[in-house]
Amino acid sequence: MALEDSHVRRAAHLARLAVSDEQASDFVEDLSRILDMVDQLQSVNTDGVSPLAHPLDATQRLRADEVTESNQRDNFQRCAPAVENGLYLVPRVVE
Amino acid sequence: MQWETVIGLEVHVQLATHSKIFSGASTAFGAEPNSQACAVDLGLPGVLPVLNEQAVAMAVQFGLAVHADIAEVSVFDRKNYFYPDLPKGYQTSQMYHPIVGPGEVEITLDDDTTKRIRIHHAHLEEDAGKSLHEDFHGMTGIDLNRAGTPLLEIVSEPDMRSAKEAAAYLKAIHSIVTYLGISDGNMAEGSMRCDVNVSVRPKGQETFGTRAEIKNVNSFRFVERAIAFEVERQIELIEDGGTVVQETRLFDPERDETRSMRTKEEANDYRYFPCPDLLPVVLDQAYLDHLRGQLPELPADKRERFQHELGLSAYDASVLSASRDMAEFFEEAHRVCGDAKQAANWVQGELSGALNRENLSISDSPVSAKQLGELVVRVLDDTINGKAAKQVFQAIWHGEGDSADAVIESKGLKQVTDSGAIEAMIDQVIADSPAQVAQYRDAEPEKRGKMIGYFVGQVMKASRGTANPQQVNGLLKDKLDALL
Repeated sequence: MALEDSHVRRAAHLARLAVSDEQASDFVEDLSRILDMVDQLQSVNTDGVSPLAHPLDATQRLRADEVTESNQRDNFQRCAPAVENGLYLVPRVVE
Repeated sequence: MQWETVIGLEVHVQLATHSKIFSGASTAFGAEPNSQACAVDLGLPGVLPVLNEQAVAMAVQFGLAVHADIAEVSVFDRKNYFYPDLPKGYQTSQMYHPIVGPGEVEITLDDDTTKRIRIHHAHLEEDAGKSLHEDFHGMTGIDLNRAGTPLLEIVSEPDMRSAKEAAAYLKAIHSIVTYLGISDGNMAEGSMRCDVNVSVRPKGQETFGTRAEIKNVNSFRFVERAIAFEVERQIELIEDGGTVVQETRLFDPERDETRSMRTKEEANDYRYFPCPDLLPVVLDQAYLDHLRGQLPELPADKRERFQHELGLSAYDASVLSASRDMAEFFEEAHRVCGDAKQAANWVQGELSGALNRENLSISDSPVSAKQLGELVVRVLDDTINGKAAKQVFQAIWHGEGDSADAVIESKGLKQVTDSGAIEAMIDQVIADSPAQVAQYRDAEPEKRGKMIGYFVGQVMKASRGTANPQQVNGLLKDKLDALL
């Protein structure tokens, strides 16, 4: 599949990643190679094979419904750029 | 043109677990901001989710209650989007293999008819945090206590055809989750939230019209109002030659309207993929059977039993089975007094009236089911008359006695059925009311029936409400007519 610059820019935007022009063209090349490999995989006949949700042949372990965490807010907020009244502050989001 | 409304609901139910779906942080409501957001909830590097067994059990219980297929294998996916109240950058959800498959819910409409609404599926996911848009020096405040709270998202088929049906469906879901005890169902605190998909089509048309999704519809009343507004908007738009666009709209309860949310076109590109941090959840038959064995009697079954075994009207059966607390109160009162109709009347009449006046829920009632049942017993065995019974109820309500018998005793409310005693009171009233007696005598015979009310009132007053009203009526009439 031919990947274009706009695809990379869109993916970067969705993930809110800053990508320079130079990086973008590198990513176009790198990601195109990955997609070529995916194309190769697509040619394998998978009729009757159910999609794999996880590579490990294991099932999810469950934990008991117990509160095991204590309040560590002060620790966590030490690395936050801005906090107030216990809240994390972020650039204004308007819907 | 005749239009038909088509509605489907997505209901998010916060599950009543103690801890979060993937971490051991508390889910208690109302805590200090961010005091219940641990490293997993914050999405710090290197943490891994571990699934809460109770969240799984609750989802399965819901599935069993709506006669759904439970997936033997369900899988968690990542729904990717960027928003500050979602610190991981994705919501862990179930897109392709949800835990609960197709099922159905029966709703009761105003005319007591029922309708089946199909459930497309229900899946487990995590709640996001909360954004507080008040002004923090031009910034937004984020509280992540809610992040990671387990949600069950219940997606209906587009089977509803009116705002009333949608509200009835929401009530049915509310009733099921609260009966099961898997959620407190508190809509004001956001324990149950609802997105509504609405479209219109010319009556008789097979294909669906273009739908709008209305978010932020968080009360039974708002569901009806939001749909009513949206239906009118869409019909007007089409009749004026326009077309409905598929979009997300926000309901504004203050202005009673829906309006378009300005969302960028890529907002819906969630790039789902299976979550590599979680393995498939596998449930076996023994586990499902175990949970099935623990299911309580559900609202639809209770309603059916109240109506057909206890002989209540469809309306009474539906009101009394709507909440588990109400149903259990009624059943206990019925067990004590043995008369379903009387128990139903008291629960829906005097008790509900008093609860509404003081804005209490039935679980906070100062009069217990046992006390109410014992009171009804005293009405049934003629120890007290209806009027005194209300006094007894009020006395117990206000803590003036522990039981009906104690109040009857202390207030001397035992019904007087001794006709000698009643006659003595009547004689006294007649002797004290010469003017009224004269009026009675001079009145046209057909008007006397009404005039007797005055004397009944005086006798009841003289007996402090304890005389048997039927006896008073009969004896009074005889005595007055003897004076003619």
